[in-house]
Amino acid sequence: MNKVYMISVFAENKPGRLERITKVLTEANINILAFSITSTNGFGVIKFMVNKWKEAFDLLKERGFTVSLNEAIGIEMKDQPGGLYEVVKILSSKGINIESASVYVAETRKRAYLIVEIEDTAKAMDILKGENLKFLNPEEIK
Amino acid sequence: MRFWDEETETLEKQKLRELQLERLRKTLRRIYQKVPHYRTKFQQANVKPEDIKHIEDVNKLPFTTKEDLYVDYPFGLVTLPLDKLIRLHTSSGTTGKPKAIFFSKKDINNSAELIARCLVMTGAQRGDILQNSMTYGLFTGAFVMHYGAEKVGILVIPAGPGNTERQINLMKDFGTTMLHITPSYALYMASVIYDKGIDPRRDLKLKRAYLGAEPYSEETRKKIEDMLGIDIYNCYGLTEMNGPGVGFECKYKAGLHIWEDNFLMEIINPDTGEPLPDGEIGELVLTTLNREAMPLVRYRTRDLTRIISESCKCGRTHKRISRILGRSDDMFIVKGVNIFPQQIEQVLMSIKGVAQNYQIVLESYDEMTVKVEIDRELFDGRIEKLVRMKEEIVDKIRSTTMVKPKVELLEPGTLPISEGKAKRVIDNRTI
Ligand SMILES: [Zn+2]
Repeated sequence: MNKVYMISVFAENKPGRLERITKVLTEANINILAFSITSTNGFGVIKFMVNKWKEAFDLLKERGFTVSLNEAIGIEMKDQPGGLYEVVKILSSKGINIESASVYVAETRKRAYLIVEIEDTAKAMDILKGENLKFLNPEEIK
Repeated sequence: MRFWDEETETLEKQKLRELQLERLRKTLRRIYQKVPHYRTKFQQANVKPEDIKHIEDVNKLPFTTKEDLYVDYPFGLVTLPLDKLIRLHTSSGTTGKPKAIFFSKKDINNSAELIARCLVMTGAQRGDILQNSMTYGLFTGAFVMHYGAEKVGILVIPAGPGNTERQINLMKDFGTTMLHITPSYALYMASVIYDKGIDPRRDLKLKRAYLGAEPYSEETRKKIEDMLGIDIYNCYGLTEMNGPGVGFECKYKAGLHIWEDNFLMEIINPDTGEPLPDGEIGELVLTTLNREAMPLVRYRTRDLTRIISESCKCGRTHKRISRILGRSDDMFIVKGVNIFPQQIEQVLMSIKGVAQNYQIVLESYDEMTVKVEIDRELFDGRIEKLVRMKEEIVDKIRSTTMVKPKVELLEPGTLPISEGKAKRVIDNRTI
């Protein structure tokens, strides 16, 4: 199954948090492919898709960060007006609720993926099987 | 057997008040006559024993604090000659010297009588076997329970604490049905029982345990009950008042009955000393009504609780108190409301996703900030869940304390690690 992983890190809204996390990843030579930040009054969750997800997860955990590893799927978007709309329209028509989303640009101006976390990855992928969608292959980002 | 002393335990409320007044007046006459320190205190407060005509008049009397126990130390508050004293118990004090409490033969017998009521109240009877795993020593805990159990006709194993291996063997070999133990040791013992592969429901005969001497939460009670398959009863006592058996839960486990024929209880505002109505949280103040050697009047326990005056399903007329909610010294005031850290702690313990560590920060007189660390293991990357959890904390603290707090969720490891009595309240307010 073409599932990928997002790493989520809990962070208080304080200066330097993102810097601390990215420093750890940089030093381990881990490449951040996509990321998003959701924050609310006082705290937030930072999400990353990286090339070496298992290594990154273990490393952040070991360094005392509050992390979790979440399944996600990457769906290719056409590089044209309405590319994102086409993808989310299919997801919503199938009743798939997006819990978090970020974008991975595989090749600038050529290929981009919408990375979504949803409640049940396996089920969603099953539902989407018949659709005309291209999924991001985890091998591609290793 | 449902009652040890049915007549007294179910005495009509009005009769109980009359008995209290009679015994209070007798106690006051005794100490006024025999204890110079009390006579001086009463004179300073401009009150005489005969001024107490109704039980409510008790609030005319001065309080006894732990400092009073050190005046004319150690025999200053004793009303009997030395040759009538048969037991000394002490409890740790803050001045370096222990608080010394003396008992006459009648006092010892009476404290055992009260424990007998307590034990029978929980269903214990002749034929039960009590493993007494409290410390036999200067502290009252083990002795009073020992004597009370013997009075009922229960076989007592004076195990004392420690040597868990032996404790478990005693339980197995002699078929212990009841334990008297501290909550922390009970938790430890339960985990050792599990590690040894013993199934307490199959391999042991334990039915119930009496836990006291340390504060513990309702969650801890449930946890030990589930682990051992037993009923746990909360007991409250202090050396200054006979030790255990002052307050004890009945089968309904909904508050601890205080034997009102022996103790007069009041709840006061710890800051002002004003009496508070039943149901309100404040400091428990106790007067001994049936003690010979060393009666104490309006003794400030420093323990926070509230009186439950509704009648109990068990049929006993003696009022109950809620489990001890904390020490009055820990209390702080926000928006004019008395709050203590244990209220906040209880709320936090009931919420999944927060860690044990917390801190209350006070920057002004009308706002409190509660800082909580999230539980690393339960973090699943979903921010909505954290937002909901934060709202739940705010709502529950508001409904418990009547003050809406500011809640901050922190990364684990941010707050100072609790070492025993952690500093939970950071008060940055200036007058
Ligand atoms: Zn009851």
